[in-house]
Amino acid sequence: MPEKRFRVGMFVTCLVDLFRPSVGFAAVKLLEDAGCAVAVPRAQTCCGQPAYNAGARADARAIARQVIAAFEGFDYVVAPSGSCAGMIKLHYPALCADEPALAARARALSEKTFELVSFLTDVLGRSTVAARYDGRATYHDGCSGLRELEIKAQPRTLLSSVEGLTLEELPGAEVCCGFGGTFCVKYPDISTRMVADKTAEIAATGADTVLAGDLGCLLNIAGRLSREGRAVRVRHVAEVLAGMTETPAIGEPRRGRRG
Amino acid sequence: MEPISHAFKDNARRGLADPNLQRALARLKTGFQERRTIAAARLPEFEALRSQAKEIKDRTLANLDFYLERFEAKVRETGGEVHWCQTPAEAREAILRICRAAQAKSVTKGKSMVAEEIALNPFLEANGIEPVETDLGEYIIQLADEYPSHIIVPALHKTAEQISELFLDRHRQYGNTQRLEEVRELVDEARRIIRPRYVAADVGITGANFLIAETGSTAIVTNEGNGDLTQILPKVHIVIATLEKVVPTLDDAATLMRLLARSATGQELSTYTTFSTGPRRADDLDGPESFHVVLLDNGRSKMLGSEFQDVLRCIKCGACMNHCPVYGAVGGHAYGWVYPGPLGAVLTPFLVGIEEAGHLPNASTFCGRCEAVCPVRIPLLKMMRYWREREFEAGLGAPALRRGLALWAWLAKRPALYRPLTALAIALLGALAPRRGALAHLPLATGWTRDRDLPAPEGGTFQARWRARQGRGARTAA
Repeated sequence: MPEKRFRVGMFVTCLVDLFRPSVGFAAVKLLEDAGCAVAVPRAQTCCGQPAYNAGARADARAIARQVIAAFEGFDYVVAPSGSCAGMIKLHYPALCADEPALAARARALSEKTFELVSFLTDVLGRSTVAARYDGRATYHDGCSGLRELEIKAQPRTLLSSVEGLTLEELPGAEVCCGFGGTFCVKYPDISTRMVADKTAEIAATGADTVLAGDLGCLLNIAGRLSREGRAVRVRHVAEVLAGMTETPAIGEPRRGRRG
Repeated sequence: MEPISHAFKDNARRGLADPNLQRALARLKTGFQERRTIAAARLPEFEALRSQAKEIKDRTLANLDFYLERFEAKVRETGGEVHWCQTPAEAREAILRICRAAQAKSVTKGKSMVAEEIALNPFLEANGIEPVETDLGEYIIQLADEYPSHIIVPALHKTAEQISELFLDRHRQYGNTQRLEEVRELVDEARRIIRPRYVAADVGITGANFLIAETGSTAIVTNEGNGDLTQILPKVHIVIATLEKVVPTLDDAATLMRLLARSATGQELSTYTTFSTGPRRADDLDGPESFHVVLLDNGRSKMLGSEFQDVLRCIKCGACMNHCPVYGAVGGHAYGWVYPGPLGAVLTPFLVGIEEAGHLPNASTFCGRCEAVCPVRIPLLKMMRYWREREFEAGLGAPALRRGLALWAWLAKRPALYRPLTALAIALLGALAPRRGALAHLPLATGWTRDRDLPAPEGGTFQARWRARQGRGARTAA
């Protein structure tokens, strides 16, 4: 077997770890197919964004310190989430600014941290994947990936190489779905309105599948689609790109398993 | 006005349930967002201009005392007067003194958010001076006895039908008894009523988009021309503006103007751009006999050098609120004071206190659209986060959420404990939904499950499944 090109530390993200392990395995497959040796450090929990955005800076920094220590030895750090990758890449250096030594390490980590799809395209130069998905899909741009990391064309490029898949552009794809971390439970009325607008736009495209690169948005959108009784499948973009869609879609009843 | 920002959640709920407001807010997308996108795309140097504008404002703020003193000297040179006011009360008194000296009975007003900030209208009324709003939007909300819900479109929250109803009711006194349906007719009727008031007014009060240090000029942009009539026809012209409106030169103002209307309404320029420099000179055909600039601080000087300095770059275009999904859902009145939207989320806590306005910087998903369109690149999210940090340090915020967060953070810092405990929690959650793909109700998470299901966890944690797979792999290899 040829020597792997890069040693990649995968930042699983807390939501993928707990709610959708399949996304993690899909990410591993995509990275390995692209020639990376993937490791998953045990000392990871969350990127600290909930604390950071709640104003709990000391907690956020303690978690950042832990992530930096666990991941700084890798060539690259990759997360299947624009939000968590954005946290490490853009916010850790600011969060650690008061401690020069830690800030230097945060900056070094920042430079080698990427969101999964943009890593495959922008860093590894991939423009195709070997996968098949029979369906009409639409794509929601998660806010952090889009506006912090400028991820817009990358997932569309890779999706266009998936056999059997047609991509319908989602009107208002760049508008927030209303998840916003703790926002959705702090301001449920506003969040509901935002996600209901989103699911209405999704339904209007006629797509049978909605994809995105962030599990937070996906849980929110899937939860609302399920409540509205709309039969649109919800998946993380990595699942489709890896051709790993045997697992029921997010929020879909489990198949072939006894309850 | 008394702020009601503390009641943001109730205000928001009312806004969400108001069908007229929702119809009115639907105009933001086509009326403002799409137009801005087109206008920005048509100007190749738009992004470069944003950086240039930021640089102009940063440079000015770094030397604000110098430019303000220069501005004052130039105003004096051209025969005008500058009144330095620290507080809203001082500004109101300064305006009243000028009005009294002119024996004013009625005052015409161009659109000014600073006048809202100092609650000028009720003060003038209490002192026997009638304020007449001449901007159509301001006129509408004055008739309705409301306050602006948007910084450039004060009556954005009203539909044409509501305005038609309002005019029918309030214009009876002028003998108008016909219900007008067409927007054109409504505008014409308002114009017929406002026109004579310009001539009758003793004093005209306008805001300022820019104060120009180089010339002592003030500049306003409008689409109705009402500002021109307000400042030219009365004997006295008062400009009310806050400190950060000053820019060094006319060229700087021109650069900012290239961004202002494009960012605000998608126009290349507003219909009218009006500069005022001192009172009428001997050979001028028109203009006021006296010219006053009431320069208000109201805490801005304290923002200088603080983590909130960057918000002083604001040129009040309204793009942040036009593009904010929260503003677009709840409308401007939900924010409970003069400045709504992302700008208000940063500025209002400073002006009315974080205890009153604590919800505002929290009621954001941090989606970042506001920053993406801000013509002067204000880091609005970063500043909202500063407020959240101050609240956190002061022990403000919902206790249940704080406790939950503290517990979670404690655990997140202990991976060896976090892994088994979260694995257990997620297994329990999965057991609640053995066959269904999603949970319709979950105690302690009703904020989530009231209006959406919670997708059930897939089963197992990634960490556990990954270790199991690695173990198998290792055994196979061995």
